Amino acid sequence: MTAQASRLAEGGRWDIITANHAVAHAARLARVQVVPAYPITPQTTIVEYLADFIERGELDARYIRVESEHSAMAAAIGASTVGARAFTATASQGLLLMHEVLHWAVGARLPIGMAVVNRAVGPPWSIHVDHQDAISQRDTGWLQLFVSSNQEALDSVLMMYKVAESPDVLLPFMVCLDGFVLSHTYAPVNIPDQGDVDSFLPPYDPPHWRMDPDAPITYGNLVMPDQLYMEMRWSIDRASRAAKDRLKEISTEFAEKFGRYHGSAIYERWSQDSDYLMVASGTLASEAEVAIEELRREGESVGLVKIRLYRPFPGEEITELAAGKKGIIVVDRSVSFGHGGPLASDLRASLYHAEDRPPVVGFIAGLGGRDVRVRDLKAIFRSAKRKISEGVDRVSYWYGLKVREVGE
Amino acid sequence: MVSVAELGTAKKNTWCPGCGNFAVLQAFKSVVSRLGLEPWEVVVVTGIGCHGKIGDYLALNSFHTIHGRVLPLATGIKLANPRLTVVGFAGDGDAYAIGIGHLPHAARRNVDLTYVVHDNKVFGLTTGQATPTTPLGMRTRSTPFGTPEEPINPIAAVLAMGATFVARAFSGDLRHLEEVLERALRHRGFAFVDVLQPCYTFYDTYGYYRERVYKLEDDGHDPSDWNEAMRRAREEEVTGGERIPIGVFYQVDRPTLLDRLPHLSGVPLVDRPPRVDVAGLLERFR
Repeated sequence: MTAQASRLAEGGRWDIITANHAVAHAARLARVQVVPAYPITPQTTIVEYLADFIERGELDARYIRVESEHSAMAAAIGASTVGARAFTATASQGLLLMHEVLHWAVGARLPIGMAVVNRAVGPPWSIHVDHQDAISQRDTGWLQLFVSSNQEALDSVLMMYKVAESPDVLLPFMVCLDGFVLSHTYAPVNIPDQGDVDSFLPPYDPPHWRMDPDAPITYGNLVMPDQLYMEMRWSIDRASRAAKDRLKEISTEFAEKFGRYHGSAIYERWSQDSDYLMVASGTLASEAEVAIEELRREGESVGLVKIRLYRPFPGEEITELAAGKKGIIVVDRSVSFGHGGPLASDLRASLYHAEDRPPVVGFIAGLGGRDVRVRDLKAIFRSAKRKISEGVDRVSYWYGLKVREVGE
Repeated sequence: MVSVAELGTAKKNTWCPGCGNFAVLQAFKSVVSRLGLEPWEVVVVTGIGCHGKIGDYLALNSFHTIHGRVLPLATGIKLANPRLTVVGFAGDGDAYAIGIGHLPHAARRNVDLTYVVHDNKVFGLTTGQATPTTPLGMRTRSTPFGTPEEPINPIAAVLAMGATFVARAFSGDLRHLEEVLERALRHRGFAFVDVLQPCYTFYDTYGYYRERVYKLEDDGHDPSDWNEAMRRAREEEVTGGERIPIGVFYQVDRPTLLDRLPHLSGVPLVDRPPRVDVAGLLERFR
């Protein structure tokens, strides 16, 4: 189910908008009911567009101008607890400030939706893109999906609400989009009709529990070690794994209904008939797609794997594609200090159990918004190919450092 | 002694022309020079917002910290090295939204530092959304049909929190701003200064304030009278914005946090060697 991507949608209307505007349209079309908002660059316009939709009467939702991102997520939890569909957006430090409450949303099994406009983390201060903010939330239990186009940002919010609200999932999700590269860049976007979205994404009806005066419950109280704490954690892990299956079905359903397919847990191209695979996320992966097109024209045998879903991790999917390859090149836009690139590490761990385990060369590139161009990705490929023939290191290589002494 | 010119840097200033931050920067440099402080004796801590770049334009120690966390950081610096003059700069979003939790504690502890809030009543850096001091009903980027929330009154709030120096200044009156800042820096204890400053791009209040501000010291205000300070703090609300007092509302002498921590008196923490050997204490757990 890969080649179906480009059939033009019959319904909806076309507009030329930023990814932030597209995300706000998605939240409007999802009929979110509560939007707690705190401004932070480069997310701010998302919540501004939502304020505008609400005050124009185009979206029937309550908008709360909270005093911090920590409060934004706490308010979203409150709203979701009484059965409302809640949405917020943040970036970088805002996401980090939310960290404590992110865990709470997962433990309470609340399918809150959030757009994370990826931005580097301070210090030193940077407002430009890398994935450190989202990647460092990977163990909270939030479903994390990285997109690489304005259209994909809109469509993914709709799909992920449906995934998150599935009775066997009930977990919050973040749709991650690259700061400025997507958030502030205009591109043609098809905005689906409300009726079509309504039939795809029915209103949120909590199948488990909600705060209800007629059926009082209490939640979040103390549990002792011999009670069910550990079982509840286990159920979160199981739910996260189920989300991958739901996303597979729901992306197919979305493609049938709206004529657009962006991939499921992964998006792959040329992966079957290639000796090498290049793996990346977000706009870095779309840039890699262009680089690979050129490399293939130049006679190189390389395919693309775009990791869309980072948690749960698509280990099985990649392992399947990896069989028989001469090597895998992973480009990370974040770093797990002391252990190389997170995508590369997760991918290596997934491959450990495979019988056919190609070498994995990791690169760290594009931190703090450093530009990664097609020619950089081609250089990365060529360098990786050489390393594979010479035997590769265990950790990731840093690409494009300006200081000669520390360059590879 | 350092001159005003020597306190400047070559960094290109990116504030909008007309921004109230320029007055705060200028006044602060004058006061540092006038007080005879050396640049290495001063630490500036800034939050997130347009004001946060003030550290780029000052040739002295500065720390550009996380949104809202100026006070805990400044407190840590002061406790570890009380020889330093510590000045925190924050915006109204910084100080009264995300970071307000730290304000009552710095005030009641009476940490010996100065806290200057660039209060322009909008989030300027993110292009003009409503903050906790935005007037009721004002249209901003996050409130297209007017904010439905009552603003907080920083002066009344900080008086109630137990601060020992509470003042307000107006960036349109540079000389008075300098006087207020100088008194704040000279104050021993927690000195709070709310600076009314226009955001020339997103909320231009120059004209509004010019017509309404008056100086407390010209009006016979006694800054040792807390009740009167509180009455004056509410004057803008009570008069429907007719009269806005600036100057020192309240000042009282009270022991600082360090005065009440006798084990920290004498040699500053930064100069003490780590001299506690706990190995012997742990021996009995072997």
